[in-house]
Amino acid sequence: MTSPRRSFLWLLPLGLALLLFSLLARALQAGEPRTLARSAPSALLMQPAPALDLPPLDPAATLRPAQLRGQVWVLNVWASWCAPCRTELPALRALGEQARVPLVGLNYKDSAPQGLAWLRQHGNPFQLNLADAQGQVALDWGVVAVPETFVVDAQGRVRFKHSGPLTAEQVQRELLPLIERLRHAG
Amino acid sequence: MRVEPWLLSLALFSAQAAPTGPELDQRVEALARELRCLVCQNQSLADSSAPLAQDLKALLRRELAAGKSEEAVRQHLVARYGEVLLYKPPLHAGTALLWGAPLALAGLGLALLLRQRRRAGGEPA
Repeated sequence: MTSPRRSFLWLLPLGLALLLFSLLARALQAGEPRTLARSAPSALLMQPAPALDLPPLDPAATLRPAQLRGQVWVLNVWASWCAPCRTELPALRALGEQARVPLVGLNYKDSAPQGLAWLRQHGNPFQLNLADAQGQVALDWGVVAVPETFVVDAQGRVRFKHSGPLTAEQVQRELLPLIERLRHAG
Repeated sequence: MRVEPWLLSLALFSAQAAPTGPELDQRVEALARELRCLVCQNQSLADSSAPLAQDLKALLRRELAAGKSEEAVRQHLVARYGEVLLYKPPLHAGTALLWGAPLALAGLGLALLLRQRRRAGGEPA
């Protein structure tokens, strides 16, 4: 004869299997997952920002990467061939106007004429653009797909990374408070 | 013939320092097989022809050709892209559960099985 305690033990594997199934079913219903790399936090968080040893996209640029040292600044990786980069432009512009920190563009795998034409056509939110025509500096920043946005603090450490287009809501809720905090910390 | 150990290590070191040709191809390929293509669904860098995968393979080749070890190149990439890049995650505090869970589950199963058998043996047939 089986005791009530033993019959409970028999139910345990079934319960665990049902739990697993329900978790998997929920994950499936959540739709196509973002790729692993895009959902993972940046490996660079709290690490020194990689060097930006690149020529400016616009030869007339006055800001130099060396001048960014000691202040909070934002790096946005973009390209003229990148449609989501155009989508995020209003959010980026709002960020530049309200955060009052240097907004640096990293023009990724683009040609200078096309990059400059894109800026003229859609409006230039950046104080400085650097031309990463071969995409080699982007490899140092761990860029997977454009657009990507980084915030660097006054000590030169990466404090924030976002993959994909920025939204106006995210700028208000996340980025502006972070930049404000970093500015007072520095 | 007796080979001087220091000569052998020198030969090995120089082979390590500047690999070229088929040997370099082989090492790049082997390393690329261990690394995930970050913009593809479940492909290794070796399998992928995505632009980012091509760039990273070129980087592997450059670094290996410059005499870096596989481990150093792996570290270089993990520092930028994170451990998500590695198909075989390293064992540390953050992944202890991942590596330990199968062992713990097998142990639990074995314990339950033994208990069951002892009980069955204890009962009159």
